[in-house]
Amino acid sequence: MDMQVAKKKLGLKERYAVMTRGLDWTPSYQKMEDIYPYIAYEGIKIHDWDKWEDPFRLTMDAYWKYQAEKERKLYAIIDAFAQNNGHLNVTDARYLNTVKLFISGISPLEYVAHRGFAHAGRQFPGPGPRVACLMQSLDEIRHAQTQVHAISNYNKYYNGMHDFHHAHDRVWFLSVPKSFFDDAITAGPFEFMVSIGFSFEYVLTNLLFVPFVSGAAYNGDMGTMTFGFSAQSDEARHMTLGLEVIKFILQQDPANVPIVQRWIDKWTWRGYRVLTLVAMMMDYMLPKRTMSWKEAWEVYFEENGGALFKDLARYGIKMPDCAAQIALEKDHLSHQAWSTFYNYAAAANFHTWMPDEDEMAWLSSKYPESYDKYYRPRMEYWREEAAKGNRFYNKTLPMLCQTCQIPMIFTEPGDPTKLCYREVDYKGDKYHFCSDHCKKIFEDEPEKYVQAWLPVHQIYQGNCFPEGTDPTVEGFDPLAAVLKYYNLEFGRDNLDFEVSEDRKNFAEWRGQATKNV
Amino acid sequence: MQIDLRTVSIKPLRHTFDNIARRIGADKPASRYQEGTLDMQQTANFHYRPTWDPDHLIYDTARTAIKMADWYAFKDPRQFYYGAYTLARAKQQDTAEANFDFVENRGLAATLPDEVRDTVLQMLIPLRHVAWGSNMNNAGICAYGYGTAFTQPCIYQSMDQLGIAQYITRVGLLLGDVDVLDSAKKAWMEDDAWQGLRRYVEDCMVIKDPVELFVAQNVALDGLLYPLVYETIIDDVLSSKGGTPVAMLTQFMTDWYTEVKKWIDATMKTAAAESDENKAILGKWVVAWRDRAAAALLPVGRIALGERTDELTAEVVQQFNARMAKAGVPV
Amino acid sequence: MSTVFIALQTNEDTRPIVEAIVQDNPSAVVNEQPAMVKIDANDKLVVRRETIEELIGRPYDLQELQINLITMSGNLDQTDDEMVLYWNA
Repeated sequence: MDMQVAKKKLGLKERYAVMTRGLDWTPSYQKMEDIYPYIAYEGIKIHDWDKWEDPFRLTMDAYWKYQAEKERKLYAIIDAFAQNNGHLNVTDARYLNTVKLFISGISPLEYVAHRGFAHAGRQFPGPGPRVACLMQSLDEIRHAQTQVHAISNYNKYYNGMHDFHHAHDRVWFLSVPKSFFDDAITAGPFEFMVSIGFSFEYVLTNLLFVPFVSGAAYNGDMGTMTFGFSAQSDEARHMTLGLEVIKFILQQDPANVPIVQRWIDKWTWRGYRVLTLVAMMMDYMLPKRTMSWKEAWEVYFEENGGALFKDLARYGIKMPDCAAQIALEKDHLSHQAWSTFYNYAAAANFHTWMPDEDEMAWLSSKYPESYDKYYRPRMEYWREEAAKGNRFYNKTLPMLCQTCQIPMIFTEPGDPTKLCYREVDYKGDKYHFCSDHCKKIFEDEPEKYVQAWLPVHQIYQGNCFPEGTDPTVEGFDPLAAVLKYYNLEFGRDNLDFEVSEDRKNFAEWRGQATKNV
Repeated sequence: MQIDLRTVSIKPLRHTFDNIARRIGADKPASRYQEGTLDMQQTANFHYRPTWDPDHLIYDTARTAIKMADWYAFKDPRQFYYGAYTLARAKQQDTAEANFDFVENRGLAATLPDEVRDTVLQMLIPLRHVAWGSNMNNAGICAYGYGTAFTQPCIYQSMDQLGIAQYITRVGLLLGDVDVLDSAKKAWMEDDAWQGLRRYVEDCMVIKDPVELFVAQNVALDGLLYPLVYETIIDDVLSSKGGTPVAMLTQFMTDWYTEVKKWIDATMKTAAAESDENKAILGKWVVAWRDRAAAALLPVGRIALGERTDELTAEVVQQFNARMAKAGVPV
Repeated sequence: MSTVFIALQTNEDTRPIVEAIVQDNPSAVVNEQPAMVKIDANDKLVVRRETIEELIGRPYDLQELQINLITMSGNLDQTDDEMVLYWNA
């Protein structure tokens, strides 16, 4: 340990206490409620902030030392990867599309997490959670930046990533992850902690990172694997923070329990819906698969989450109700999602394709209950049509769920042949939902969710064309105008993998690397 | 001898991300600072307003009176992104560790003249609370400021100040025991000498405008406190009285302040150069907070400087004014 | 009974740590995955500083574990001497 104390040797816990809580004081020149103005309105009651248990006890000098070591290792690998054209070592060029999904969908969220934890870390009156939040804020900017730096090299050679910040704020499907984090950071500080600190970091992060990162490792992507694992080492600290926060809030007052339960229910579902993107990535986008989405859900949620909720039962917290529906969907989620992206490949910043015969066999074996019966016939049909030159691109715009913002593609729980469709009338307008859970989230806070910036609505309202566009002129091509607004280049950033420049370049470059030309 | 290292040479399609190319004016390789900073914060199509501040967007330029055509006009001269930042601090941490070891292993704390030791306990140790206040204030600037170029260094500053609070704590534990920290805290809460400064720090905690908070905390308070305490009192006055080991224990702070000053000055310069309106607002803030900070520091300085306090504090204020004038801020 | 786990990057630093964990936790099951090693145990898993130190022959600070940690589950309790993951169920 770096903090050496000469006289009385303090133990880790005492030493950390004087290094953090000992620094705090009760103000007398300004009122507590003016210094911490956002802490009361959510209804959470905290009686004694000192009851907070610090999980990892890192002082700043130790933090700098260990984090610098991680950064040194990480950037050495990123540099080596770039110098060696490491991108040519990935299994095949289809893999690159997971990287595009990651940089445009996930990395910007790391940044929001950075700002959100700065906000929470400023607002909590307790020094323990405040320091932990600020350290996490610092880690999160690390994650955002190391991802950009690692993926920067891919961007030099492949399409779809070149304007990812711009895309994140605009492209239709990216409103799914964006609205998720916007929802969290606009909630109060306690709900933010439950949403991101607990539900996302603790309950769901293993489903995001472990598959992505193991997937990267398995597919020869050293760069992504390295930043992924390096970020995960911080994640372990964040997870323990999330768990401590929940236990602390629950122990403080029984009146907190129902509020926290509602948040856990909401955020487990919200997070799960975002993970739809991960599900299809695992089952369809990784050329070499690590495990199926269904297996990952079973290991990381059902088994591990089961243990967690059993542990929390003594506080009166139960497994979220939505877990039952998720269990019913696990045989269908990835197939329905990939089918949708296959449809809308003209409007996305990555390529899609139909699985080949071997891959279909893998899907059949992993999803014996559902794949052959419901999804294989549809995919075989698309594949045959594409072979005949009729690659199907859907040109109409889908209806979106008001809460999760995913197109209304999901089927009724228990009936995969019927689309699930819910609606609510609110102040004279009709709102649409993909599920009972999204509907309930809306009904609990309608004033929040009516504000949602729904990409399809916005396109129809004419808000997603470049400035000065006149949609009334003859021959107006709405898709072309929307792609311009997204700053995506038709024919390079979008469409089927088979016709992509990525595929062509990768094959050519790899040829140069492995053959004598 | 020439070494011909062969790798496959393929031509990249582009050299950096589009947003970077737009800002640097060409598609050319960009630095890690640029790629990790420019446009990192979301700017458009926010979904919901903060329930904690419904009058503003999640990130909103209207939270401050300072107006910038482009908030990415700010540039950290240190070019700190997380990796560069932690590597720099880890190196300083190494030095600090070696200094603490040196003082400790040679029993140098015991060799300090009583007068020096008492001054350190009375004047330096309560400053851990000031650093803690800055940790919190910089978290606020980072959370509510606009644009990563402006907010990013503030999370670094916030955590640096936590580190400083912890280093001061270690000095206390090296010279005494946990009770040393307790009595310093009691002084911070009750002694007249500290109440002006404590009021200043608490008043900063309720400033809503992130740029004004930046001025009150990083420009005015630190701009007087660090030169006065670490450069004038510890490095000069106490060292001449046999307090060199103390200067070793606070070397981190001295080096740190020399470094962060460059960033603070660059930030002020950019904001002031933007418009006469900005210049006027910044000037008003700087003067008001400088005068308060100087007054609050007088009784603290007096613990170490006695009758030379007014003279030496005035010198520090004068240097501060020169700094601001150089940054284009009227004082 | 619930499973707690810890996952570490596979490398030279973690090899003795994994060995120490296996020594100290009779129920530990080591599961090697691409580039990472995940260790499951029933209800409780202990990482002991002394065991690691015996294996590597130098002083070890449990906080060094941070560098190679990937993920974990369970409640955490860390002191200078050991890091414990556990479920209360």
